[in-house]
This record gives sequence, structure tokens and C-alpha cells, in this order.
Amino acid sequence: MYDIVIIGAGVSGSAAARELSRYEASICVLEKGEDVCSGTSKANSAIVHAGFDAANGSLMAKLNVLGNQMMEQLSKDLDFPFVRNGSLVVCTDESTRAGLNDLYERGVKNGVPDLRIIERDELVEMEPNISDEAVAALYAPTGGIVCPFNLNIAMAENAYDNGVEFRFNTKVNGIRKEAEGFTIFTNNGEVRTRYIVNAAGVCADLIHNMVSENKITITPRRGDYCLLDKTAGTHVSHTVFALPTKMGKGILVSPTVHGNLLIGPTAVDIEDKEGTNTTREGLDEAISKSAITVKNIPMRQVITSFAGLRAHEAGHEFIIEEVKDAPGFIDCAGIESPGLTASPAIGVMVADILQEKMGLVKKENFISTRKGVLNPEDLSLEERNELIKKNPAYGNIICRCEMITEGEILDAIHRPLGARSLDGVKRRTRAGMGRCQAGFCSPRTMEILAREVPGFTMYDVTKSGGGSAIVVGTNKDRI
Amino acid sequence: MKYYDIVVIGGGPAGLAAAASAKRSGADSILILERDKELGGILNQCIHNGFGLHTFKEELTGPEYAGRFIEQVKELEIEYLLNTMVMDISPNKVVTAMNRTEGMFEVQAKAVILAMGCRERSRGALNIPGYRPAGIFSAGTAQRLVNMEGYMPGREVVILGSGDIGLIMARRMTLEGAKVKVVAELMPYSGGLKRNIVQCLDDFGIPLKLSHTVIDIEGKERVEGITLAQVDGKGKPIPGTEEHYTCDTLLLSCGLIPENELSRGIGVEMSPVTSGPLVNESLETSVEGVFACGNVLHVHDLVDFVSEEASAAGKNAVKYIKQLEAGADEAPAKEVKIVPVDGVRYTVPVTLNPEKMDDTLTVRFRVGGVYQNRYVAVYLDDERIYHKKRQIMAPGEMEQVKLEKEKLAKYPDLKTITIKLEEE
Repeated sequence: MYDIVIIGAGVSGSAAARELSRYEASICVLEKGEDVCSGTSKANSAIVHAGFDAANGSLMAKLNVLGNQMMEQLSKDLDFPFVRNGSLVVCTDESTRAGLNDLYERGVKNGVPDLRIIERDELVEMEPNISDEAVAALYAPTGGIVCPFNLNIAMAENAYDNGVEFRFNTKVNGIRKEAEGFTIFTNNGEVRTRYIVNAAGVCADLIHNMVSENKITITPRRGDYCLLDKTAGTHVSHTVFALPTKMGKGILVSPTVHGNLLIGPTAVDIEDKEGTNTTREGLDEAISKSAITVKNIPMRQVITSFAGLRAHEAGHEFIIEEVKDAPGFIDCAGIESPGLTASPAIGVMVADILQEKMGLVKKENFISTRKGVLNPEDLSLEERNELIKKNPAYGNIICRCEMITEGEILDAIHRPLGARSLDGVKRRTRAGMGRCQAGFCSPRTMEILAREVPGFTMYDVTKSGGGSAIVVGTNKDRI
Repeated sequence: MKYYDIVVIGGGPAGLAAAASAKRSGADSILILERDKELGGILNQCIHNGFGLHTFKEELTGPEYAGRFIEQVKELEIEYLLNTMVMDISPNKVVTAMNRTEGMFEVQAKAVILAMGCRERSRGALNIPGYRPAGIFSAGTAQRLVNMEGYMPGREVVILGSGDIGLIMARRMTLEGAKVKVVAELMPYSGGLKRNIVQCLDDFGIPLKLSHTVIDIEGKERVEGITLAQVDGKGKPIPGTEEHYTCDTLLLSCGLIPENELSRGIGVEMSPVTSGPLVNESLETSVEGVFACGNVLHVHDLVDFVSEEASAAGKNAVKYIKQLEAGADEAPAKEVKIVPVDGVRYTVPVTLNPEKMDDTLTVRFRVGGVYQNRYVAVYLDDERIYHKKRQIMAPGEMEQVKLEKEKLAKYPDLKTITIKLEEE
């Protein structure tokens, strides 16, 4: 019997796992995907929001601002890419300028520091490619961008280093309340636990409704994105939003921490909780609306498109609390934007709730830091050559678009909670994330996975687990 | 730091021919840097025949064709490094490379020959909507898996794009036991060679649907099906023409893109049409002493022409070095523009200096559509000096005209050479 089972290894679940791993408790994370960061956490805007959007007094506002404050130190402790590039909300119609002022007021009340409204001249100086229609903007210097994969992976790895167990490919099918705690029924057998944290993202309603009569509904709100090549990565230097509408924050244009340019997302409510397909209309909308705030985006440089699902709850508020008719069951639901930003604070809040309820005691030997996959590009020439001498795999480029070495891929596979699929390698190292989209490196990465993962052959190598095998047989095997 | 006369970036067909030619033209020290574990480049996975008809007057497979040039390189005792990635080339021709045994190292060249080849356009670059499951491959990636590693990427295949690799893979997948259901092509004509349509599709009864594209990809883990639709003149899908195909694999053969990241790093000027460097008659880029040839310069259909072009680049690089060493004055800087109009999309080269050109200069070009019974015309300023009928010209087949030095010499004030298509 575990003390705590966390359902979901996205940013919320992994943040909760890390914060709870500070305490003496047996903790297990159940994840239906084959890896951490398999759902909403992997497909979003990768923005660390300043915190002016959420309603005054909301939990969303509080945790957004707090998460933003925590992100910098966390990125140092856990070694993931984070850049405070500042964000701009651009007003392109003088008649809507009041909206900019409202946003400013809201931001100030939410405790967002250093906000200011800038006029066109200053805006153009900051962003030469800003739309000719732009009249003014809200500038939030605390806005930032983060690698969502490595934020998620880092928190999970650190939790693992501190004794948290992770079970992948494990889907929760049912939960039964027991005299003490719960029994969780999964495709991989039963799990007993005293407490449950429901961090199941777009499926958090399904999990919640297994134990509670007060039903909730999480609507997957799909957003389509286009990612542009690094040659377009400096088209803007700040994250550029359009003034928000009721359906979300509009189409943003932002550099990424890896030097690409990201545009998106659209906002379409759907029913399928796995409906991550892009649509023609969605991509066209992202492309056309991006031009509202930023001009001359080189759309020929699009290297990939994707869709992510926001876990939208009708009240548009984070639900982080013990479920009233299911004591010991803690919801962490409705975590849509700014959930990525808020995740470090969400983790702390969940841990605080359980600490109080369970009387958890801090560990003496908590490991607070984690080293990411070594990036040779961060080394000097001498250091790099020293590294190659010690481990020649660092001299062998596998992904030529992103210049990722075999050494980095081996690191990604062999570290705690290591990669088991092409997407797993990609999220940890960027191999396959570049302009050729793995055309060149995927056969090579497949060979490495088949060679390095115990028990793997080429047939076990998948794109992203489950039935996503890449090769299906040998030549002429059916003739 | 080591010093070489010429450093060749890439050991595929272009790099091999350029190096061999440079050596024969008198370069003392040449180094080929190749990122793969063997010389030969993409030819190593092109196990079908049809290579070398022009060069060797016989039909070879890709590896055999590469083998001929690898032998030459070995006989000429040209140095090469395998498994070596070039990381950067500076404008003063310091090449930074890396491999497992030597780590990061620099070599100084007098001349650099760019021969990095090209890559395939990806699904992402095509912006095809739908899910992102396993089972979507560029045709070349599938070709590598099948031909070099012996693995089947799928059983039921739809191919988007009728580029040559896609056509070749339609036949290959069929021979290996897969069912190729259809090849769809966005344009109203094929992007591949006519002979490949006949030998790879027609002979196997595989339908080719022109003016069609993939508008949806289904399957969350593995491809389960795709939807094709007919497109209008602007390439937009026409509602009501959707057709569903069950398949587990989608191969993409939608164009090749010269791989010029290193060239951009040197500051070489690029053509927006070919995505390759702009070169003069010597195949020299806008950066002095940096030459380009093969698919990094512009995408070819036939490797024979790659070899021919690369040989010229090798020879010209040596000429450049000799001139540099002799401290001889540059030939008078006279630049004649070569201008493509009226159906001609681009030319390689884009300029020529009549003083520096060989006795005969091959100008290669592509046309922008399918043209029947049109004339290729060459004008020296206003005077037409060449006018020849071609029964059929298509974007998938590279064209060429030859210019003679002797003839150009008669036009001392020549400013512009125009190449165009004429109806009569």
C-alpha cells in the first residue's frame, strides 16, 4: 500500500511528485502514456505567463504569479531551459485600447511586477516586425519561455531521484473507496493507496467522477500550432500576444527556448480526449491570425505543425482541493493555461494540502537539484574535446539538423526514467526536432534504442509507445 | 591546424567527382569530409539500376556507380575522413569538423567545394493536417530502412508526391511484398522522370492521381488511413472529391531541398528558386574560392549530370588556387548575366565571365510547367543565337544548353544572355 498515488505524469503530476518527495512517504505515479510529458504538457505554447490574464483573486492568478516567480530558480536547480524574454500584448485597434488598460489594472492587482503600457514607437523599436496596425502594447518584462518537455522531465526525474516510483503504460480504469484509502484498478493490475492526487489533465473529470457524486466536466479545447525553422527564430524576440478574447489568448507569436518561432494556438472545443489532430481550418487560422500582430512571418519556414488539448473546466479555474465526498482524494483539475507556468506552485499547493492532512515529515536527505542531458554546445572547445576523448559517442552527430550527438542520446536513454521511444529521445535531446523532422536521424536513433534498451529489438522501437511501432517486418516476409 | 589545397564537404557523388577531378587537374592536397560511415552518399541506398547511362554507357546500380568513383578517389590517393561532421566553415575557409577519434578540429583550405547534397521535404513542411502517428515516412527514410536495413516500414502504402524517390519506392515496396494503393501528386504533372512513371507505376498497375493531395491523416498510434482530395488550379482541395484510403503507411516524396546550412554560415548568397547558392561560370559562389556542385547547388534528376558538374567544380577550384598562388591578376571582371524568362525558372550558373569560361559551358535549367513542341531560345542581348525545338519539357526533367566561348567572344559588349521558351 502506497501513501500517495498520483495519477498523471504531466507537469502537474510531476510537480506534485517532486514537492511530495521532500517528505517521508511512499509515492507512486501512474501514467497511461509510455513516458512522462505525453499529453497536454508536451503540446502547448511553452510560455511562462507573467500573470495579468487571470481574474483578480482567482487561484489561477495566484499560482500563475507564484509559478512565474519560482521558475527561474527551479530552472537552475533542475537544469532546464528558461528565458525571461518578456511578453507584449498588442493592441491593433485604437478603439480597443481600453482592453489594454483593463489588462494592466488586472495585472497590477494580481501582483505582476514592472508592467507598463508602451506606445507604438517604443514597440517598433522592441519588435521591428510588429504589425503596421499596432498602436500600443502591454509590456510584461517578467513573461518568459521554457522548454515544457524538460521542465516536466526534470521535475519527474528529480522526484524519482528522491524515491518516487513511476509506472508507465498504466491506465486507471476504476477506483474503489476502501475503509482505509482506495483501490485503483488499472490495465496493469490493482494498486492500493491511502491518498490519491488526480492530475490526469484532460481526463481529470473521468478520474474525479470515479469517486465523487459531484461530477465535473473537462472539455478538451484543441489548439493548432505551427513551428518554424530556426532561420525564422529571431523574427520576434518577445512573446507577442493579441489582446485576448473570450476564447483564449488569441494567436501568439513567440520565439522558443530552442531558437524556433512558434505561432498558435487556435481554440476549438472538442469531445475526443485524444483528438490531437490538426485541421486545415485550424492551421489556416493560426497562420492568418498570426499576421494580426506580427508582419512578414516567413511561412515557408514552417517545419511542423501540432495540436494540443487544454484541459478546460467550465468555471475556467484551477480545482486544487480535497474532494468533499471522497476524503483523501485530491483534485488537481482544470489545469489549462497558465498551468505550465503555475506548475511549480501547483506542486507546492498539492504537497501542502497533503502535508497538513497526513502530517508528513520532511526528509533529511532530499536531493534538490538535478542535471539535465549534457549539451556539448554549452562547453568550450577544450572541454568538448576532453569529453569526446573520454566518451567518443559525443563526437558522433546523429541528428544533423540540431547537431545532437550519440552521447546525448545515450544519456537520454540511460538516465532515470529514460527515453524508450523516438519521441522520448526527441523531447529529452531535440534529436529529430529540426528542419528535416527526423528524416535523416530516425533510422539511426532507432538502431541506438534497439541496441541500448534491454530487451528491445527494432520492432520494439516506437514513435511514442503503444501501437506506434515504426517497422513492421522484414523485406519479403509475406511473399 | 592542418592545411589543404581543397576541402570537399561531402563524400557523395558530387564530392567524389569534384575531388577526383581536382586531383587530376593538379591539386596536391585534397581532403573529403564525409558524415556517414562510408563514401557514396545517398547512392548507397539507391539499389535500383539506371545509373551511369551517360557517364559509363552502361546501366549500374547506385552503389555500383558510387563504387566507380570511390575507386578513382582511392587510386588517386585522395584523403578522406568518414563519420566526420562539418560543424562550421568560416569565410576565410577554416573548416571546423568533428568525429569520434579526433574530436573537434579545424582545417585550413585554400578552396572549399560544397557538396552536401539535399534533404527531403517533411510532412511538417507540407503542413498536412491530421494526427501525427507512426507510419509517416519521407520516401528516402523508407528507402534506407528497406534497402540498407531490410525492414518493412509498412504493409499498405499510399504515396504523396511523384518525385523520383517516391516512384522508385512504389516499385520497391511492391517488390518487397507491400501493397501500394495509389500515388497522389498535387501538381497536374509528375515531378519525376517519365521513365520512372512507366517502370515503377505503370508496370505494376499502381495508379497515379494528378492534381490530388492528402487532406487528412487518421490513426492515433499508427497510420490507419488517409483522405485524398482533388485540388483546383491553386492547389486548394475541392470539396466533394474526397476519397478515403485504408493504409498503415504514408510515404512522402514532395521535393528535395538543398542542404545549405553551412553555406549560409559562410555568407554565400542563395537563390530563392533553387535554394542553392548563386554561382558563376566556374560554379564559384559569391564567396571567393568557395565552389558548389551537385544537389546542394540545385536538385538534379540524374547522377551523371551531378558527376559532370562536380568535375567542373573540381577543375575550377584548382584553377582558382593556381591563380591565387601565381598572384596573377584576376581576369577582367566582366560579368554577363544569364536571365531565365518565359517558362524557364532558373539557370545554373547565373552569371558568366567570357574570359574565364571553358571552351564550352553547360547551362542547366528547369522549366516551370509541361510544354509540348516549344523552342528553347538563347539570346545574346537582342540577338537569338540558339533556337531548338523540344517535343516535351517538364519540371521533372532538367534541361541544358551549351554556350561556346568562341561564339561569345564575337560579342565584346555582351551584357545579358537570355534563356527562354518560344512557341515558334
